[in-house]
Amino acid sequence: MINIASILFYIFSGILLSAAILVVTSRNTVHGVLFLILAFFNAAGLFILAHAEFLAMMLIIVYVGAVAVLFLFVVMMLNLELQSVQKIAKRYSLMGSLIGGVLAAELTLMMVSWNTSSTAFDLTTTNFSFYRNMTNTQALGSLLYTHYALIFQCAGLILFISMIGAIVLTLRHREGVKRQKIDNQIGRQANDSIQLMDIPSGSGI
Amino acid sequence: MVIIALLVVFLPLLGFLLAGIMGEKLGDHFSQGSTCGLMGIATGLAAYLFIQMGLQDKSLFIPIFTWIQVEFFEVSWGLQIDSLSLVMMSVVTLVSFMVHIYSIGYMKGDPGVARFMAYLSLFTFFMLTLVTAPNLLQMFFGWEGVGLCSYLLIGYWYDKEVANAAAIKAFLVNRIGDIGFVLGILTLFVIFGTLDFSTIFELMESHQNDTFIFLGMPVHALTLASILLFIGAMGKSAQIGLHTWLPDAMEAPTPVSALIHAATMVTAGVFLVVRLSPLLEYSIMAREFIMVVGALTAFITATIACVQNDIKRIIAYSTCSQLGYMFMAAGLSGYSASMFHLTTHAFFKALLFLGAGSVIHAMSDEQNIQKMGGIWKYVPVTYVIMWIGSLALAGIPFFSGFYSKDMIIEIDWVSHLPGSKIAFISAVLSAMLTAFYSWRLLLLTFHGIARADDAVMSHIHESPLSMLIPLVVLASGSLFSGYVFYELFVGEYTVFWGSAIFVLPQDEVIKAAHYVEGWVEWLPTIAAFLGIGIAYIFYTVAENWPQQLAASFRKIYTFLYKKWYFDELYHYLFVSPSLKLGKFLWEEGDKEAIDGLGPNGLAALSLMGGGLLCRLQTGYIYHYAFAMIIGLALMISWYWWL
Amino acid sequence: MIISLDHYLIVAALLFIIGALGIFLNHRNMIVILMSIELMLLAANINFIAFSQYLGDLVGQIFALFVLTIAAAESAIGLAIIVVYFRNFRDIDVDDMTRMKG
Repeated sequence: MINIASILFYIFSGILLSAAILVVTSRNTVHGVLFLILAFFNAAGLFILAHAEFLAMMLIIVYVGAVAVLFLFVVMMLNLELQSVQKIAKRYSLMGSLIGGVLAAELTLMMVSWNTSSTAFDLTTTNFSFYRNMTNTQALGSLLYTHYALIFQCAGLILFISMIGAIVLTLRHREGVKRQKIDNQIGRQANDSIQLMDIPSGSGI
Repeated sequence: MVIIALLVVFLPLLGFLLAGIMGEKLGDHFSQGSTCGLMGIATGLAAYLFIQMGLQDKSLFIPIFTWIQVEFFEVSWGLQIDSLSLVMMSVVTLVSFMVHIYSIGYMKGDPGVARFMAYLSLFTFFMLTLVTAPNLLQMFFGWEGVGLCSYLLIGYWYDKEVANAAAIKAFLVNRIGDIGFVLGILTLFVIFGTLDFSTIFELMESHQNDTFIFLGMPVHALTLASILLFIGAMGKSAQIGLHTWLPDAMEAPTPVSALIHAATMVTAGVFLVVRLSPLLEYSIMAREFIMVVGALTAFITATIACVQNDIKRIIAYSTCSQLGYMFMAAGLSGYSASMFHLTTHAFFKALLFLGAGSVIHAMSDEQNIQKMGGIWKYVPVTYVIMWIGSLALAGIPFFSGFYSKDMIIEIDWVSHLPGSKIAFISAVLSAMLTAFYSWRLLLLTFHGIARADDAVMSHIHESPLSMLIPLVVLASGSLFSGYVFYELFVGEYTVFWGSAIFVLPQDEVIKAAHYVEGWVEWLPTIAAFLGIGIAYIFYTVAENWPQQLAASFRKIYTFLYKKWYFDELYHYLFVSPSLKLGKFLWEEGDKEAIDGLGPNGLAALSLMGGGLLCRLQTGYIYHYAFAMIIGLALMISWYWWL
Repeated sequence: MIISLDHYLIVAALLFIIGALGIFLNHRNMIVILMSIELMLLAANINFIAFSQYLGDLVGQIFALFVLTIAAAESAIGLAIIVVYFRNFRDIDVDDMTRMKG
């Protein structure tokens, strides 16, 4: 049966895969980043098809909005020049495609020959039906902040640390940059900066 | 009596300990004095024992303590004092005492005098342990001990490489004989279950027809044991086949040669054979073998001695030859004659060696007789001594050798053992050759024109008193011991030996030897005079005859000169292959295989592995990522295959 | 046809392989490597979501959220490193980054 969901699925996955290939093989790095953004968008579409709306939006906001933009910043800053295609070494390509082929074959073979274990459904920790009446966001929220609150805090910590790390790595002091020193400004005393002088009118200092 | 016997055996050990431990610190005079003094006391006590016990036909067994006691096997240390061991003890202590005194003068100025005297005393102790052994194991202890001391003393001047090689050669060849000895001991143990002499001798008759499975074949057990033990005696007494060590042992200082290689250690083999007389009596084939070996040795070594030029080597080969005589006698059941010849031989051979030492001392360490000559006026005492010794050796009437050697030759004639006549011929020929080479030595050394250079001739001096006194004592022994002890040892009606020697009634050759025809009695003397005459002709009257003879019979001369090529044969058969095998095992086996695969191999492997692993660290990130991907692929394949 | 779990899984697998190949087949610059890493993480995410839908278990989505978080953090750090490296060496060519050679 052909229904809209499957058509969309094929469209999304097709564009996703080709965008991915283009990310890896494009000559211009900026184009690569843009193709990455495209790939993310299509992945978000796939997510929506899988009933994970919140996550799809998260993908767009965080990945595209933050991470890919960060990529673009860095690419622009580094001012990279056009790379040539021939740089892919011949000796690695054979080996690489071989490995890739092997991996692909294995993974697909695994797809067609696996079956779910009988206890799989019993191992699920949350019951989808409970959350069927809420929106995805609400469901995720009620799960995240109760059962997985600690892990949530840890994720926050990790983000915090990565922020500190990024700042520590890239911060550098420049000499000669004029900045405001608030302490000095506030701590100025009147008798340091103002001197009253008696001057008769008409004569200079 | 017990105390005296113990003192005789252990005083030399005390001398060794004193000189060995404290000799270095307390000086040469202390070591010389202590060892000689203790040795002198031991000699006196041995003589006392001989008179008290030997002449009165008493014997004594002194147990000291038990050594091994395992189930039914018991071996204990002890002293067996009977006529056989008394004779040996007296001879050993007297000759050793003389050699100790002689060494005072001979080794003067040598840096290791304390060590030398200590070794001499230690040797005497071991020899005494050997001769007083009540069982085979103690005898073996003494046997090995004298071998050890022989090694130590031959290699005494250890910075001379020739001496070291000679010491090792002596020890190794002895060792080959010792294999036979040990196998003989084991055979006797298997047959009798004990190693005690007295027990074995009692049980001998009941076991006389036992058979023993040797290499899969049944052989007469007593014959096997006798032959194996005789092989040990062959090694120790330098009989033909295992004689190659004795001439090389002349690298030792002369007193050592006199003591060990003339009078005592080499006679240990004869002592062993005589001690085992009950065993040998029941085995005709063994005695046949002993006789043949003795006869061959006597003749072959006498021929070699005729063409040697080193004064000590001539006397060394003469020792081999005379030992052959002793074994010949023992093989023909004339054990007492063998012991008699041992005694007289000890005197005159030690005398000859010490005299040769005196000559060497006088000629500033020259040993080649071709480089001597015309020195009899300068060293009169030594000259007379050498004459006495040579006369005794050649068996001239009235001198000691005459009595003992004649006895042996008479025994050869009367024995019923098949082949004894051949032994007789060999003995007579050897007597002639003995006389010939002895006079060759005398004439070339003392008479004729002086062939030494002026520097040597100007230094000729008579030896000091410390060297002359032992010579005189031994000379009197050579002169009189034959006549004095003839009746006691080999007299027709003597009971001196008592139970120490056992002879079966049908083999009573000693008694029969007294009744030989007249011509047999005088034949050896005639042969000796013949030899002397030939020597005189060759070396005084017609002095170019020896050279001409040597030139025309070049091959024979070289054959004799090269000692019948025994050394070369052994080198080809045994030494070379052993050296090659050792070298191969060392280089290929040890260095290549074990070292190469072991420590060196592991080290190389670690280095190689490290080098290989080093190449994984390329520094390229994508290499690392690639490796990860490959690992991932492998892991998935693994799980998929599972 | 009905889109079943297998389809999602195949897509995720292929995406993963593309990302993996991208890491060591590229000889251009480090940025591409980081982007390939993002692709691989995305593939994992798709896997999670697919299973979450199939098993009816929301934990899959929770975990995908965390993977997202981590990916963001990691790309931030990675880019910071690239920036610092570029400052010192003026070049982010992968072939020249052999300072860890042992």
